[in-house]
Amino acid sequence: MAKGGFLGSLRESQAWKSIFRHGPPNNTRNRVLVVLMNVFLHLHPIRMKKSGVRMSFTWCMGGITFFLFLVETVTGVLLMFYYRPTADYAYADIIALREHVPIGVMREVHRWGAHAMVISVWLHMFRVFLTGSYKPPREFNWGVGVILLVLTLLLSFTGYLLPWDQLAIWAITVGSNMARATPFLGNEGPGASLINMLMGFDVVHAGSDARFALLAGRLVGEATLLRFYVLHCIFIPLAASVLMAIHFWRVRKDGGISGPL
Amino acid sequence: MPAPSFPEAPEGISRRVFLSWLTVGWAGFIGALGAGLTAVGRLFFPNITFEPPQQFKAGFPTEYAVNKVDERFKKKYGVWMVRNERGIYVLSTVCTHLGCTPNWLEAEAKFKCPCHGSGYYATGINFEGPAPRPLERFKISLSPDGQIMVDKTQKYQYEKGQWSDPNAFLEIA
Repeated sequence: MAKGGFLGSLRESQAWKSIFRHGPPNNTRNRVLVVLMNVFLHLHPIRMKKSGVRMSFTWCMGGITFFLFLVETVTGVLLMFYYRPTADYAYADIIALREHVPIGVMREVHRWGAHAMVISVWLHMFRVFLTGSYKPPREFNWGVGVILLVLTLLLSFTGYLLPWDQLAIWAITVGSNMARATPFLGNEGPGASLINMLMGFDVVHAGSDARFALLAGRLVGEATLLRFYVLHCIFIPLAASVLMAIHFWRVRKDGGISGPL
Repeated sequence: MPAPSFPEAPEGISRRVFLSWLTVGWAGFIGALGAGLTAVGRLFFPNITFEPPQQFKAGFPTEYAVNKVDERFKKKYGVWMVRNERGIYVLSTVCTHLGCTPNWLEAEAKFKCPCHGSGYYATGINFEGPAPRPLERFKISLSPDGQIMVDKTQKYQYEKGQWSDPNAFLEIA
């Protein structure tokens, strides 16, 4: 047997060497390579300041938010094995998850995780503001973060309709009324009457405005449920994932986590 | 040692021609991309929605009792038909606060919204709760067969002085 017993011979094997193309991380160069050669780790800085791992400085809120996003992804995919986004089945499937699906309590984890994620993302933003981490050269990453905040809120909003109970339907009815007031694109928004006047007929009306595109109708209905389901499960998580990769990578590119002033 | 020689540009295409074709190519690409994205945007506006029509016939004027709020079209079309001594008007069931659907309370003679407590008189005028303005009215007319015709695409707002519009009220002699 090779030097170092089983682990040693494993490290010498062709399979191991094809995956890890550097030696064990027992010197500075190899420790750098561990980070650089891994597609996930390379988004992070190779080394960081002592203050960067101090809980009292970062509150770990960005990390907690990312962890909660992973929790939401895993539990969300599990829920998708049971949930059908139609007017006939949606509510019944939600009840089924609670009543007779093994560990269907997963839905509660998904729900509480979502609430926690909204809170932690706000606290992360608050911390970044308090520590001045939005200042040059980090302005761009602040902008990416603001979009991620909006996406988090949209995930929360689209997910709220899916249980398809009275609370959900009326909350989305009320919430989506804001889209009526979109400038130029909402039928009650500023500029809409100007467009209609210039065109000579009603271009922007309740059947053609931003709210209509969001709800797939003038009212919250089955088409809205399907639209929100696709946004909630595919479109927004995908957009958030791409932006998160940029967000983490830019932390590294902008000089790591900001230090105390 | 011979001086390094740089190859001549291939004949037949000059830098100027190349750049102009490049411009044409990019313009075409951006145009096609824009057209494609516009088409995709159109996908979000279906030609048919499975909602009740915006215009509908609401029966004959004689079917409505005087000084009554009629709820027969509330669920399907989202309107109340209200008959007073002079005629009929059509009220929207959308609360002007945040868009919930109020309930007509016969005993208290008012519309009361369950979401945040806005209250309206039978006329649609708001008098309690957070509602910022009265309920909207819709266009009402008589069709040639003598039935009432309601058109929800045309709305009349009290605060804009539109309730005095002849189409906002069906006078019954």
